[in-house]
Order: sequence, then structure tokens, then C-alpha cells
Amino acid sequence: MTMTLEGTAQKDVPLVEVKHLKHVYGKGSGPGLVVLEDVNLTLRSNEIVGLLGRSGSGKSTLLRSIAGLITPTAGTVEVRDMPGDSNAHGVSMVFQSFALFPWLTVQKNVELGLEAQGVPADERRKRTLAAIDLIGLDGFENAYPKELSGGMRQRVGLARALVVQPSVLLMDEPFSALDVLTAETLRTDLLDLWSEGRMPIRSILIVTHNIEEAVLMCDRILVFSSNPGRVIAEIKVDLPQPRKRLDPAFRALVDDIYARMTARPTGPAPREGNFPGSGLGMALTHVSTNTLAGMIEAIAAPPNNGSADLATLARELQMEADELLPIAETLQLMRFAEIEGRTIRLTPAGRRYDAADVDERKQLFAQHLLAYVPLAAHIRRVLDDRASHQAPATRFRDELEDFMSEPYAEETMDAIVSWGRYAEIFAYHEDDDRFSLDDPA
Amino acid sequence: MVFLSSDRLNTGLLARFARRQFAPNRYDLIALVLIGAAAVLVVHGAQQMSLPVAHLQTEPVVLDPARLPEYALRSTLRMFAAILLSLLFTFGVATLAAKSRKAELVLVPMLDIAQSIPIMAFLAFTLTFFINLFPTSELGAECAAIFLVFTSQAWNMAFSFYQSLRTLPADLVEVSQQFHLSPWRKFWKLELPFATPALVWNTMMSMSGGWFFVVASEYFTVGKTQVTLPGIGSWLAMAIDRRDFVAVSWAVGAMAVVIVSYDQLLFRPIVAWADKFRFEQTASENQPESWFYDLLRRTRLFRRLGRPFVGLLALLPRPRRFVRSRPRAFNPDAVRWFDRLWFGLVALVGAWAVWTIFRYLSANLKLHDLVAAFGLGLITLVRVLLLIVIASLIWVPIGVWIGLRPVWSRRIQPVAQFLAAFPANVIFPFAVMGIVAWRLNPNVWLSPLIILGTQWYILFNVVAGASALPNDLKEAAGIFHLRSWQRWRDLILPGIFPYYVTGALTASGGSWNASVVAEVVSWGHTRLAAAGLGAFIAKATDAGDFPRVALGATVMSIFVIALNRTLWRPMYAYAEKNLLLN
Repeated sequence: MTMTLEGTAQKDVPLVEVKHLKHVYGKGSGPGLVVLEDVNLTLRSNEIVGLLGRSGSGKSTLLRSIAGLITPTAGTVEVRDMPGDSNAHGVSMVFQSFALFPWLTVQKNVELGLEAQGVPADERRKRTLAAIDLIGLDGFENAYPKELSGGMRQRVGLARALVVQPSVLLMDEPFSALDVLTAETLRTDLLDLWSEGRMPIRSILIVTHNIEEAVLMCDRILVFSSNPGRVIAEIKVDLPQPRKRLDPAFRALVDDIYARMTARPTGPAPREGNFPGSGLGMALTHVSTNTLAGMIEAIAAPPNNGSADLATLARELQMEADELLPIAETLQLMRFAEIEGRTIRLTPAGRRYDAADVDERKQLFAQHLLAYVPLAAHIRRVLDDRASHQAPATRFRDELEDFMSEPYAEETMDAIVSWGRYAEIFAYHEDDDRFSLDDPA
Repeated sequence: MVFLSSDRLNTGLLARFARRQFAPNRYDLIALVLIGAAAVLVVHGAQQMSLPVAHLQTEPVVLDPARLPEYALRSTLRMFAAILLSLLFTFGVATLAAKSRKAELVLVPMLDIAQSIPIMAFLAFTLTFFINLFPTSELGAECAAIFLVFTSQAWNMAFSFYQSLRTLPADLVEVSQQFHLSPWRKFWKLELPFATPALVWNTMMSMSGGWFFVVASEYFTVGKTQVTLPGIGSWLAMAIDRRDFVAVSWAVGAMAVVIVSYDQLLFRPIVAWADKFRFEQTASENQPESWFYDLLRRTRLFRRLGRPFVGLLALLPRPRRFVRSRPRAFNPDAVRWFDRLWFGLVALVGAWAVWTIFRYLSANLKLHDLVAAFGLGLITLVRVLLLIVIASLIWVPIGVWIGLRPVWSRRIQPVAQFLAAFPANVIFPFAVMGIVAWRLNPNVWLSPLIILGTQWYILFNVVAGASALPNDLKEAAGIFHLRSWQRWRDLILPGIFPYYVTGALTASGGSWNASVVAEVVSWGHTRLAAAGLGAFIAKATDAGDFPRVALGATVMSIFVIALNRTLWRPMYAYAEKNLLLN
């Protein structure tokens, strides 16, 4: 960063302090879903901090706790203003979906927060126009959001957040709804404004699942694990701004973060990747069998020849880390691949799958599904045992809900239905929500 | 039911509507009972006051075409008063239901029941209530008429507003929370704008159904009380009484002019304006158009005139004190106790209501009355279902034909909507003349009257459904040369089904109401009656026989609600689950 005030006293003022934060979703009774577990975070002035993790790691929940939008189950959140700073206080937020009011013009959207604060109309107008100008939207004051492109809309979102002069800007995946080019432009503009000190804010906290984005922007990155969300690593980024993606140091850092995100927490069930739970209680991620097959083929194909670096693979397939990892882990769960550090390697079964034709692939998949996914074996066993060879799906759903919360059970059922159908180990009838052994063929 | 404008059908409103359970729960029961008890109390009060022989008529209606514009205006004003009342009711009750969980538990089933009960059956009660409030003045009769129209239109508006409030986009709620918008400001900035498109559409549908009740409420007899309010309805009644064919035609013409102008000058502009509140970040493909709205937007004068009102809005008081920035956490034990207390209270009121109804009915009626009412209800049920089937057989193919041809559907759609708004009771005399002239059997030939006004809902919903069929599916059907039956079975019928259910449900609800005026009709001194629950209620109302009116109304409500829960709701659920495109 060109502007960091290294060594000045201001550097160490903590603006946000989060201590032992825990958040549990779900009803009062029942197990509830632990989204965040013992999270600590200190945000100081003059830094951009990134929260990086997969979906379900609770990073958005953390951001919303800091914004005061939700009350955490346990722990404290303190937001302080910088001493002697009258120009900036509190927090403001930029949303992934932009969250603009479609019936208000750009100017009215930006004015919203000021109006709520009771700022007089004249000053409101002045400050709004200044913010619109700063963010490069002049000329669009009277446009409605539907008339703007995605990038322009997010600029409105940014102007709206800045105009209330927060000391901390919270950003919830602000660029992930935009196309690559637009996101890049917006990111660069934001970094320029930041480094030139033209924004009132003292610090930025940004949630992202894009590793490169985090490395491009942040001074510090907190990596979250999922289920439950914990900070598993804190990485300082000392590369000078502006950062270059092709810089070897940059690449190395991205690769390193990939490795950390795939690193398994030490403990039981080491072979099940990041799937929480074991046996029947294993929560599965619904990954299409086509995607699994595509991934096996991509790893098998040259230049990978059966073993690939995850970060390289993600670039090659144009996938984000949180898209790629569930696929890799599902392959690992079914023993079609192994993950070690940041390398994924096909097992002999994985290589056989790659070489097989359609029917052999299905047979192989069926064998592995029954052998390594306990729920699949369980459903099949129940169907085999019953004279009618039929069973209502609710039965298994209820069993799952003894182990996990409803959304996880739902996703696990979706996964098992789609894998079971592909493997032809059982049929599922959506109309009356039941499994059976009958084969339409 | 909540009306869904054609372009909103796939936004999930239908889904939410259908997902609500259709088996009646205890709250439905309580709601029904409470409404019944209120009716009984009204009548009870009325009898205590021993009505004077009232003939409320300040000025006689004159069958002079020169006076017709004035009468039309007065009918229109009644309609506006009712719609204003409905809007106030909507903002109050729906907001309460959306904000308070306890109010919600009672209000939502209440609204749900209220929107499906046949209002015409309760005519006697609403009228008596208001005439008792103002026994000597015309005001009572006016209020009664307005209230009747109000009861025909408030519920679906309130329901739509409630649903909008419950489905506010989460990110915008977060923005409001984050900027600490006061509840007052949040209402103006977020809740009202978000609810506007659905509310405008439902208001339009309500008004369109309301003309029927305006006409019906202007001239009525309850026992010894006879009321004539100057308006198109009483003009029509007078014309029928005198067998004046020309005057009836004048009434038809006046009604047509009123409806067309309300559509062109009021609702089209409002719909066009409300388009900007649609919660889509992209401009809509088929923007509603209105020449009058465009005209208003272009005039400088009107914009100037409008500005002070906007200014006034800004001056509205801004209660800021009851700001709540963080959700409050209650002690779960306390919540549970409070819940129990609340349920206990509701149950107590319910029990008292049951007792009131039972005491009243058992003192005045015998068991065979009940049996007779149910029997007649079955006859009317058969009539309604049969006519819906016949109307569907006629209008579904025609509607599909029109809907698949954009040029035609653009032309026909406004006509169908106009016909749906046109109060069928204005047309009745022509049918009666025919039946009298050819000596037809009234039991058969009066039946079509009950669907005369409501069949158009089937038509315009089917047209909307057919024109919404995705082009790629039509092209796929073309490429594979689907034969005509297969094309209907696999493409057209599933595609229009959700729309058809909306139309048929509306038609069915309207038909029950219409049965009260259609099963007994007159032309001069000739009186034709068909056997049915509608005739039962109409005769009891005429005779001022309140116990039988109460019985008839209750039985009819039960029939309608049962029909909704066993037929229409499951059809909705099925459509939602299997047939919704996109």
C-alpha cells in the first residue's frame, strides 16, 4: 500500500473488537446450527481486512453481527470511533445484491441514510452530490437503478455507504455479482480512492470467497473453516500496492491460501474431508455427477495426468475456491481422488473411472457409493429388506435430522437422490416422495 | 383470494398462497364463529330496537335520462368511499397482522374466511346494523351501502398487503435497519412502495367486483325497511318495476360509460405509474401503458398542482421516538406464558361466540330448517360447479386461441376485463324477459345468470396464461410436430393451469354471491324463482326473517369455504408444485 501510515500512532487504534463470538441458528429446541464458534477479530485503523472462507463458514454472519443487524448468541462486538475524529463514526455496509430501492433514483438512494439521520435538506443534497461525484456517478443522479448496469449499481451502493461517513466500511462480497471485467474496474477504483485517502473511512472489512480478490485488496486475511466457522489462519499480506496477479510472490500466496483452505482439521474422520459428521450423520454437498465426472477427466487429462495443483486447477476451470473444493472433497469421500496439501491426485479407481465407458462408470460409481457413503448403503439395505421394495423418503429425512439441522438434511437428501439415480442403485419418486427399487427400464 | 396480475404470477406469490395449509385449522373455525356471532349480535340489537316502518327515501328516483349522469356520479362516489375505506382498513389491519405475531394468528384466518364468504348473504345484517346506527337519516342507508361494497373488496387487498409485508426483500430490510430508519420512514420508503404493485392490482380487481355490490346495495328491502338510494342501481330497480325496457338499456349504457372511464382515467394511469415500484432491477418487458398517464406527465400544470401534495407528504409528522435498532430478545418462558394466555383468551371468546349463535338459532329454528338449508345449498353447489364446467369448456379453448395470438389478446384482454367488471345484475332483466316470453323453466334457465358476470375471470386469466407460454416450448412443440391432443395435454393445459385456477376460483366465489340475486328475479310483477340456497336467503331477507338469513348465510359460508379448501386450494398447491413455469 502506498499510503499506509506505518509507525504513526493511529495505526493501533482498534475500531472494531469482536470477542468470543458465537452464533447458533435454529430454534430454541433441537441441536441448532453452529455458524460461528469462538471468533475473535480486531480491526484497526488504516487497514483492509478480508474474511475468506467457503459458503457456510459464517463470514457474512460475522459481518452482520458487526453491522448490528443480528445479535450474536454469545460474545461481544464493540465498535469504537477513532479518538478525536469527528468526521467518521460507526459502520456502514455494501451488499452483494446492491440492495438498492428500485423506486428511488440514484440520488434518493444515496440520500437514504442521511435522511434517516435527520440531516437538513441542503446539506444532504450537497453531501449526496459529493459522494456521487466521488464514486464516478455524476450525470446519473436522476436515473433509476433498473436503468443502470451492475457495476453502476454497486457504485450507488458504495456511494450510499460512504455518504454517512462511517469509520468502518463493511463489504459483503461486493463484487461477486458482477462480471470479471466490471469487478476488476470497481476494485481498482476502490483501491485508488482508498490509497489516495479520498474516502472518509478509516478501515475496510471485506467478505469474499475469491482468494485472488482477497490477496489483491487486503492487508490482512482471516481464513475461515466451515461447520462451524472458525478462524483457522491469519495471513498478513505485505506485497506493495498495486499488486500484480502474475507476480510470483502473489501466486505463491494464493497457492498457500488454497492449501490452508483444504487443510483438514486434525481429529476424527480424517478420510471424510471436510464433511462434518460420520456414518449416517455425514452431511453431504449436492454436487452433480456430471461435475464429478468432468473433474475426474480434468485431473486425468494432460498436462495434469492424474495429479493437479488445486489453485492451478481452479484457474484452468475458471472456478472459485468454494466451487472447486466441494467437488474435490466429494471425490475424496468416494475414494476417486486424494487431497494432500494443495494437490489432488486420482486414485486407481479414479483412473479406471476416467477410462471407462458410460455403463462401467455407473457400475464403478455405484460400488463406491454403496461402500463409502453410509446413507446410500442404508437406504439400499432398507429397500432390499422390505417385501414391497419401497420406503418413504421422510423416514430417512427424519433420521438425518437427528444428526443435523434441516437445511443440511435437505441438501444431503438431494445429493443422495441424484447420486443414487445416476448409480441406479435405487429410484426416487418425487410425486409421493418415496424410494423404491423398481427400475423404469 | 389474492389476485395476481399476470406478470406476477410466477414470482412466488402464488406459491406462498398455495403453500399455506388448506385443511381448515382451529383458527379458521374460530374466525368463522366470530363472524357469525357478530352477525347474530347485530340482528339481536336490531330486534330490540323494534325498527320503525322505515321508508328511507329522501328524493324519488326519476327515470329521466337527463338525471342519469347525476345518478351515475353518486354510484361512483359510493364506490370511491368504499375503496378509500378498504385502503384504510388494509393499511391498519394488514400492518398489524404483519407486525404482531399474536394479531397475525387471529387476523389472517379471519381475512381468509372473510374473503371467501358470500357477502350478499350477509346483506340483511350489514344493512340493519347501519340503519340502526342512524335510524332517521339517509346517512345510515348510505353507510350501509358503502359498507356492503367495502365488505366485498377489503379482504383481498388486506391480504395482498400483508403478504407483501411478509415478503419484503431481506437486503432492503437490512439497509433500513442499518441506517436506523424509523418504522414510519420504513413504511414510506420500503414497505408501501414494495407492496404497491400487488396492492394496485388487487384494488383494481376489488373495484371491478365491487360494481355488482354498488348496484345491489342501492335498492333493497329488509322486512319492513325499504331503502332507495339515488344511483344506477335504484334507477334499474325502478325500471324493472315499471317494465321499462328503454330505461334498463339506459342503465346498461350508463354503467358501461362509468366502468370504461374509471378504467381509462383512474386505473390504467395508476397501473402505469405503479410499474416503477415493481421489485425487479430490470425494466419490465411489457410496460403497462396509459394515454391518460402520459398526458398527465406531459402537462406542466398538473405537475405543478401535484407538487404541493408531495410537499405535504414531506411535512407529515415523523414519529421518531419509537426507533428500535436491534431486535429485542424476550425471555422464552415469558413468551410461552403470554402465548398461552392469548390462546386462552381467543378460545374463550370463541366459545362465547358459539354459545351466542347456538342460543339464537335454537330459539328460532328447528332441525328441519337446517336440513332444508343444506339441501338447497347442495342444489346451488351443483349449479355453481356445473356452470363453471360449462363456462370452462367454452372459454378455455377460446381463451387459448386468443392468448396464442398476441394481436388478438391485446385487443380482447381489455374487453374481457371490462365484462368482468360489468355488474351482471344490470343485464338480468333481459334474461328474465326472455324466460317470461318463452315460458322457460326458471330452475334451469335462471342458472346461467349466476355465472353471467363471473365467467370473464376465467376468460381473461386463460388468455393471460396462454400468452405467457414460453416461446421455446411452443417452438419445441412445433418442431416435434405434436399432434393437437398431445399439444394440449403436454403444453397448453399444464401451462395455463395456474392461471385457470385463479380465474375459476374467482368465478366460483362470485357465483355464490350472484346466486343470492340471480335465483330470484322479477320483471314488473312477474317473479321468477329457482330452488336454491340463494333464493332461500333472498326470500328470508325480503321477509326480514333474520334467523333464516343467518342460517342461510352460515350454510353458504360453510359451502364456499369447504369448496375452497377441498377443491381450489389443492388445485393451487398442485399447480404450484408441478406446473409453474420458470
